Amino acid sequence: MKDMTQSLLDTEDEVMLRDAARGFLADASPVSALRANRDAGRGHDPALWADMVQMGWTGVLVPEGAGGADMGHRAAGILAEEMGRVLAASPYISTAVIAASILRQAGPDARGMLQAIAEGQATYSVALDEGPKFAPAATAMQATRQGNAFRLSGAKAFVADGRSAGRVLVLARTSGAAGETAGLTLFDIDATRAGLDRAPLSTIDSRDHARLVFDGVVANGDDIVGDLDNGLAALRPGLEAGQAALAAELTGLASAAAAITLDYLKERKQFDRTIGSFQALQHRAAHLWSEIEVTSSAIANAGRVLDHTPADASIAVSLAKARAAQTAKLAVSEAVQMHGGIGMTDAYDIGFFMKRARVGAEWLGDYGYHAAVIAASRGI
Amino acid sequence: MSDAPQDMHAFRAEISGWISANCPASLMGRPMDETAIVWGGRKWTFTDDNQRLWLERAVGRGLTAPRWPVDYGGAGLSRAQEKIYREEMERLGAPPPLESFGLWMLGPALLEFGNDAQKAAHLPKITRGAIRWCQGYSEPGAGSDLANVQTRAEDMGDHWLVNGQKIWTSYADQADWIFALVRTDRDAAKHKGISFLLMDMDTPGITTRPIRLISGKSPFCETFFDNVKVPKANLVGELNRGWDIAKYLLTHEREMIGGGARGLLGGRSVGQIIASQDGDVLADPVLRAEAMQAEVDALAFGLTMERYKDQAEAGRGVGNASAMLKYYGTELNKRRYELLMAAAGSDGLEWDGAHGGLAPEWLRTKANSIEGGTSEVMLDIIAKRVLEMPSQ
Repeated sequence: MKDMTQSLLDTEDEVMLRDAARGFLADASPVSALRANRDAGRGHDPALWADMVQMGWTGVLVPEGAGGADMGHRAAGILAEEMGRVLAASPYISTAVIAASILRQAGPDARGMLQAIAEGQATYSVALDEGPKFAPAATAMQATRQGNAFRLSGAKAFVADGRSAGRVLVLARTSGAAGETAGLTLFDIDATRAGLDRAPLSTIDSRDHARLVFDGVVANGDDIVGDLDNGLAALRPGLEAGQAALAAELTGLASAAAAITLDYLKERKQFDRTIGSFQALQHRAAHLWSEIEVTSSAIANAGRVLDHTPADASIAVSLAKARAAQTAKLAVSEAVQMHGGIGMTDAYDIGFFMKRARVGAEWLGDYGYHAAVIAASRGI
Repeated sequence: MSDAPQDMHAFRAEISGWISANCPASLMGRPMDETAIVWGGRKWTFTDDNQRLWLERAVGRGLTAPRWPVDYGGAGLSRAQEKIYREEMERLGAPPPLESFGLWMLGPALLEFGNDAQKAAHLPKITRGAIRWCQGYSEPGAGSDLANVQTRAEDMGDHWLVNGQKIWTSYADQADWIFALVRTDRDAAKHKGISFLLMDMDTPGITTRPIRLISGKSPFCETFFDNVKVPKANLVGELNRGWDIAKYLLTHEREMIGGGARGLLGGRSVGQIIASQDGDVLADPVLRAEAMQAEVDALAFGLTMERYKDQAEAGRGVGNASAMLKYYGTELNKRRYELLMAAAGSDGLEWDGAHGGLAPEWLRTKANSIEGGTSEVMLDIIAKRVLEMPSQ
């Protein structure tokens, strides 16, 4: 799974990238910014996104020839991890990670869109799930051929960045039946196309999610990404990149929740002593730290494998996502419990971590989905 | 040869060829049960002549101690080369030619703290498997509180006089020499009055008594010291600074025991083992889910071992974080053996049935999270040293 010549440590460049990202996000997007977004009813702050574009983050996976920085998946994960630490909201994963990874595999025609991503002219959402669980092959939405065009009809239940993104990568069935991996086709269309209704969802993490309803939306052959009836193959590099980045985000989130909690344990006094001196709490904090350490290794590994042997990335990515979902859940649960009553209040930030962790656990495949990928490869 | 990628590639090809040419075929891919381990020492008799042959050849190449200096019988490999050597050994299914506390513990301690005479006297005998060492740390009153050791060594001018008792001394009854923590200053604070002493187990006054464990086996002993005369030259490092050596070795030991979580099952997944025995038990959704979870955690833990090794290679010590490896690895290993027992069902309940060996191994794993510092002590270390949590 791991190429043994690749170190799992951050390189000097990666350390610099992490430091720069952390410094920038601490100022530009503290958790209070998410609170402000929520109170203003917006899924993300366009000014923050503009800054990210300015710093080249949207080009992290875009080739230099298309105006990107081409820093690789480990770097993309480091950025996601730092965003996770402060719960920075943006269409980064949908656009700069998933869409960019799909489009750079899609041949010369996609170069213009890649450039638009790098330059901040295009944002994407990725419309897959039709039910409450991640299951691309279960896609039932029809793309019915009509002459040289297709008519897309059906609904996508839960689309991250679906309200604000300018473009949609949508998976629809051009042949076969729901549940079959063949017969799916990936389309890249403008989100304002006639017949596409984007209904915002009010989700617990205060971010942009929408239900997308397609009512005879017209797409043509030029809108197809990859090959007709083979959409899962076109989708795969994007999904794996997105899952790895989301796992990194969740691990950053877990680390930050643990750090906030640790600070609180060192500060809060009861029974005339600091509660962090109680062994019961020390052991819980130490166990949580251990889980985060172990998950961090899976995160670094997924980035390395995607960068060096992407054809074999499936297990590494699923390992990262499974571990990250589980560790983030533990971190936020322990964080609220160890904070006590104040952890339950809206005025205190820790609840935001818990809510994002729950959304991140579901998006792009939950623990069970990814554990099953690993188990299948290991004879279980 | 440097650590440049092309040289590493050449080294891999070369060492792989050497292993294939020198490790007897009958040993390749053999399950790593107790009979597969060669401990060496004065009392050792080979049950398999191929094991003797493999040891001799490995000794000739310095590969019983790949990273030790050539002068002391090692192969002088870099960390990266050693890693490749171990990967190739695992890939080819070649067993370690020799295992011992001398290789794992005393050698690293002598290389770090010993004087030239001590290194020259002891290291070559360790690499050749000529002398088998045991570790005299724990005492009846010094378990988790190891610095409370009471076995004392009195300075009698031309020798040390040792009196006291050790417990949980692994294979003391089969060992030739012991490295022990002894109290040399009873008035100093408990960490400050301990020294690190080497003793020949044949010295008059040393006796051992095996302890029968729940597994039915007796890998541990009580070791008694009754007016044992020990040469002054056998003290390692500085007088009363033995705790430094002990801490150094405990860190080492923790990494090793934690690493055993992968090694014990020979790198195979719990799922592969279960499926190879009786795949039908995986139809039990609870057992299957637990096996999946254990697999996820085992893979992530394996990568953590790799990451920490990468960190050590980069010259940045892992330090107190090694407590995490020990804690996580041993708890994981216990989970895995619980699963194997559940998968074996009643077949796993006999001492010597179809799954003979599984029950004693399962019982043995229960000590993983006790020996070398309990899981609770590991969590204390993480909380206090890594997370810097307050004491009051």
